Amino acid sequence: MPSRAVKNVPKELVKDKARLIRRETVRLTDICGSGHYGSAFSMAEIVAVLYYQLLHVDPGRPKWADRDRFTMGKGHAAIGLFPVLADQGFFPEAWLDSYSRMGSPLGDHPEMKKTPGIDFSSGSIGHNLSVSVGMALGARLNKSPARAVCLMGDGEQNEGQIWEAAMAASHYRLDNLVGIVDINGAGSDGVAQETLRSEPLKDKWQAFGWNVVVLEDGHDIDQTFDALNRALNAPNGKPTCVLAYTVAGKGVSFMEGTWQWHLGFLGPKDIARAYAEIDAGDIG
Amino acid sequence: MSQTNKYRAHPPAPGMAYMSAELKQTIDLTESTVTDDFDERSWDMVVSLGLSRQLTTGKTLIELAGEGHDDIVVCTADLGRPTQVIDFGKAYPERYFNFGIAERNMIGAAAGLATMGLTPVISNYSFFLALMGVENIRNDICYTHLPVKMVGTHSGIAMGFYGTSHHCCEDIGALRAIPNLILMAPCDGTALTSALRSQIKHPAPIYFRAGRGREAVVYDSPFDFRIGGSNTLREGRHATVLAIGNLVKASLDAHDILAREGIGLTVVDMYSIRPIDREPIRAAARRGPIISAEEANVTGGFGAAVAEVIVDEGLGVRLTKVGMPDAYSVLGPPTHLYRHYGLDGEGVAAAVRKALDAARPTA
Repeated sequence: MPSRAVKNVPKELVKDKARLIRRETVRLTDICGSGHYGSAFSMAEIVAVLYYQLLHVDPGRPKWADRDRFTMGKGHAAIGLFPVLADQGFFPEAWLDSYSRMGSPLGDHPEMKKTPGIDFSSGSIGHNLSVSVGMALGARLNKSPARAVCLMGDGEQNEGQIWEAAMAASHYRLDNLVGIVDINGAGSDGVAQETLRSEPLKDKWQAFGWNVVVLEDGHDIDQTFDALNRALNAPNGKPTCVLAYTVAGKGVSFMEGTWQWHLGFLGPKDIARAYAEIDAGDIG
Repeated sequence: MSQTNKYRAHPPAPGMAYMSAELKQTIDLTESTVTDDFDERSWDMVVSLGLSRQLTTGKTLIELAGEGHDDIVVCTADLGRPTQVIDFGKAYPERYFNFGIAERNMIGAAAGLATMGLTPVISNYSFFLALMGVENIRNDICYTHLPVKMVGTHSGIAMGFYGTSHHCCEDIGALRAIPNLILMAPCDGTALTSALRSQIKHPAPIYFRAGRGREAVVYDSPFDFRIGGSNTLREGRHATVLAIGNLVKASLDAHDILAREGIGLTVVDMYSIRPIDREPIRAAARRGPIISAEEANVTGGFGAAVAEVIVDEGLGVRLTKVGMPDAYSVLGPPTHLYRHYGLDGEGVAAAVRKALDAARPTA
């Protein structure tokens, strides 16, 4: 699999985009009155690095056959992806203002038929790695340089279908497939590892025949870039899984590391505090 | 009667695999381990599969690929042999994906393949495809409106003595409630071939509900297998049987039985379950009683779909539903099961007689 060029952009820009993700997540959640803050904040740097440095996509041609495919097993964090797609020009930024309103293309989960730039719909946890397996197989059949990237949650690792897909990916030697596990530790019912333990994830993914890259701090731009770039360009006949250790709610002090903000709603006073902390924050 | 006698009372099921000389002539035994010194009644999987001649999916897809459909990819979950799509895998190994016993992943991967511009055809036992995978079919294939073709084989009670767990009588009810999904039931190998040939390029998801492959032959030549279509196979003036799948042949048998009694029966192969062909239902309502016939739970099944049309259109006609009762089926050899549940010619004929009696005015 030929490597695809990396976009050289200033680190500050990537950090800015992660801030954009967090700010917009707060704003859009306020529109509908409830949302997944914790998951959107934990993936902010990962999504920013992917979309501004690594993925080959073209907002002018959202259906470009050779684009890299990005799917979200943790579809409930779509609120953090929409601002990036709008920023890149996949759809008008005004769409964001319609978030969650009657008939809006944008809701809590991504929908491929409604939103340009969304490569697959999700909602049922555990489905999208399988879809990405199909995309990677299809890219190979089509002799396309497209790569398939699936962002999962750590709670999602409880789903049996993840491991079905993991087996298929290594069986078919899909080195154009990358799985990312956003290990933020939070779930609806509490700490993910207490609800149902999925660790040790490194051993599990390796045992399933994958390369494993451990990303110790998924909020450090340099580390995140290195890990994802290595994963996207590992032509050794194996799929690669990036275990990204992140912090749920990262960027807003009272949310950080708490499962309670996996899903929630901020009142006006706390929205102001959140914006202030996001703007002042220098993550990365 | 003792248990032993009770079970002995049943003759061996006709059509079971015996390694007779005649049979040997007609089956590709390349992979069989049964040799000449075996008992003539011995049979292995190869012999058994060789009898499932109506499972024409693999053969048809090879033909289509040969005609330039190089976008076809085939997916299965360790059931490539029983569904006979393995033939495609032998001809086009790079376009054949066996996902092992992992049905949900197979369905998701097929959806992913479809997004890459390929035409995935899934074939698996219908229970593991339609009922185990119903959520993946709904969210990954139908909600996303992807052109995945699914061939669920061994539907209804075709798995016979393998057990009630493997009987797939609820698939019509489950799939009929999923928007975007076209649901059709080819009744024999020619119909299955016609279905794939007619619909391989259709842009919507389609589920073809097929049998075990040992069905009696209904069609001698291919036809245009239309979405929302049907074929009227016999015309008679007293009553109408609207049948799908295995019950098409049973209804043709019922036609012959009743003809000897002076009863004229119209028999329609209603192969398109969703969308359903409304015209034959309207025509049937003008004729007399309607009998729906299916190898599936009548609750939510094809008969229920017919009932919906009758009520929606105010046709005011009596409907008798022949099919599986709303209960878990017993196990047994398939042929015995069909007789037990009245899903054969005699069973359909009896239902027609009863419907005619009930419709007769009592003065």
